[in-house]
Amino acid sequence: MIAEHDRGSLAAATLEALTAARGLGTVHAVTLGAAADGLAGDLATYGASAVHQVHHDLLTDYGPEAWGDAVAQLVWSLEPDVVLACGTDRGNEVMAHLAAITDLPFVANCVEVVPSDGPWAITRVRWGGSLLEQCTLSAGRKLISFAHHAVEATEHPAESAVSTFVPGLAGSAARTTVRARVERAAGVTLATAPVVVGGGRGVGSPDGFAPLEELAGLLGGVVGCSRAVTNNGWRSHTDQVGQTGTRIAPDLYFACGISGAIQHWVGAMASKKILAINTDREANMVTKADYAVIGDLHQVIPAISAEIRRRRS
Amino acid sequence: MRVLVCVKRVPAPGARINITSDGRAIDTAYLAFTTSPHEECAVEEAVQLVERHGGESTVLTLGPAEADEQLRYAASLGVTRAVLLPTDGSDWDPQRTAKALTEAILSIEATDGAFDLILFGNESADSGGFQVGVRVARALGRPIVNGIKGIEVGDGTVSARREAEAGMEVYELPMPAVLGVKEGINLPRYPTLKGRLASKKVDVGQIAPHGEPGGQALVTLAQPAEQVSSTIILGTGPEAAAAVVDVLEELGVLK
Ligand SMILES: Cc1cc2nc3c(=O)[nH]c(=O)nc-3n(C[C@H](O)[C@H](O)[C@H](O)COP(=O)(O)OP(=O)(O)OC[C@H]3O[C@@H](n4cnc5c(N)ncnc54)[C@H](O)[C@@H]3O)c2cc1C
Ligand SMILES: Nc1ncnc2c1ncn2[C@@H]1O[C@H](COP(=O)(O)O)[C@@H](O)[C@H]1O
Repeated sequence: MIAEHDRGSLAAATLEALTAARGLGTVHAVTLGAAADGLAGDLATYGASAVHQVHHDLLTDYGPEAWGDAVAQLVWSLEPDVVLACGTDRGNEVMAHLAAITDLPFVANCVEVVPSDGPWAITRVRWGGSLLEQCTLSAGRKLISFAHHAVEATEHPAESAVSTFVPGLAGSAARTTVRARVERAAGVTLATAPVVVGGGRGVGSPDGFAPLEELAGLLGGVVGCSRAVTNNGWRSHTDQVGQTGTRIAPDLYFACGISGAIQHWVGAMASKKILAINTDREANMVTKADYAVIGDLHQVIPAISAEIRRRRS
Repeated sequence: MRVLVCVKRVPAPGARINITSDGRAIDTAYLAFTTSPHEECAVEEAVQLVERHGGESTVLTLGPAEADEQLRYAASLGVTRAVLLPTDGSDWDPQRTAKALTEAILSIEATDGAFDLILFGNESADSGGFQVGVRVARALGRPIVNGIKGIEVGDGTVSARREAEAGMEVYELPMPAVLGVKEGINLPRYPTLKGRLASKKVDVGQIAPHGEPGGQALVTLAQPAEQVSSTIILGTGPEAAAAVVDVLEELGVLK
């Protein structure tokens, strides 16, 4: 099981994947780079019976080729039946490299894995989670990633043997190592905001978002949008919610002038509550939401902001 | 410079994805077809790179004869050449797809010269295997980074930016290189009438695809369990504001 981390800070998805991995047998965890040595304790708490700390100068920062090469060498040395990762950008990327190096199949974003002596039966997500695929996996060694949020991480403390592995990496592996970074400014992001006020084509123009900004501001939230909006150039893609945008999970999502296409819905469905504002009572977003207001968002949203101000004063 | 983009034809479902009665495919009877937004952006990026640095762009797809539509769409935006690897439209697993693409790329390069840059989508819209680009790059012995939201071509190198949780990561790859592109890297243009007419005349090359099936085989498609919710209609028009704010108080989001 490849433990995902960024310069030593553990990705939450790792503990989910570790929890899922325990269901398949004895789990050894792998950490890449000495910066991740401190994770051995956490990995033991979540059930890793061994931790292999892979050390090399080329593993000081993330690099998909170096990580893939290093994991492949450890795999050849340990000969596991299964290699697992989290279905995150990095997890899937490293597994794809491992798969390419070893010419093995790799099944990404699984939600259920049923081992057997013959081909394994696997359920995985397609369309970013809008559709499930049942497939079989036939291979001497199984390469799998678990979809983020498919399982809940639970502790299962184990005695864990820690060892060091030093791979032989060619200098060329450094050609895809991170060279520089621009750290993100602190603050609420679309992915972590407690309230998201989303606008779709129904907002009509870039300026039409001003009342949405105002409402989001009143609630300590941020503005999101649909792909129709980014495609029109009304807002930046960093605001897009959906399959090819950001997955959000706020306490409340206001979906204003958004029809609720499945590719948008899949990015919004982890919201605890959804309140749709739409002129069309039959819109998919309205029928799937917890609450709805039928009407023109240009009138409804300012009225909501005014009412919040009235109650606060 | 020479740039190649690989795209995959997929249906464009609306509110719901319907499955055929044998459970093995999406019912596309009433659906239009498209490519992933990531791939649309990869096509736009290829066109812009050639506009900036000169050269030629090529679009490549493995799929049914109808995928001609996606190739010509790319051509209508300014991609100069198009190549189809025709299949019977059945599902090709990622290993098989990658082998066929690699072989086709090598055969194009053998006659026309190497591509400086090959662009993939970060993941395909439908099957989302997160691997075809990496497999092709590895088979070609070229560097690849996925999730790219910014490309700048320098002298023999390409600088590529990727968004991560902690911020932006910058990579610097020697060319020839391969990149997996994410939506947001640019704002794709719409075809002009002139572009559309020109795309009708583009000669779509064909290469018969080869590749043994890999170890992952589709059995059936299924709908995820639907969250059943009965929507509470809070009202109509601005008069609903008070009811909305009641809900905000109830949910504890009005602090
Ligand atoms: C592979 C793929 C990936 C995709 N990824 C994404 C993604 O990540 N995110 C995403 O959002 N989309 C994505 N899409 C696009 C998606 O299919 C839809 O096209 C898009 O979500 C539609 O945006 P919309 O709801 O704003 O627009 P529309 O579908 O046009 O809906 C507009 C809505 O606004 C309502 N309305 C109009 N005027 C008003 C008014 N004055 N007041 C209130 N309501 C009003 C209308 O009744 C309607 O319901 C993807 C598509 C594909 C094929
Ligand atoms: N049939 C295909 N034809 C051309 N390119 C493809 C095909 N399938 C996948 N690709 C490319 O590989 C990327 C990754 O696909 P996947 O590994 O399926 O997620 C896609 O975004 C495309 O750029």
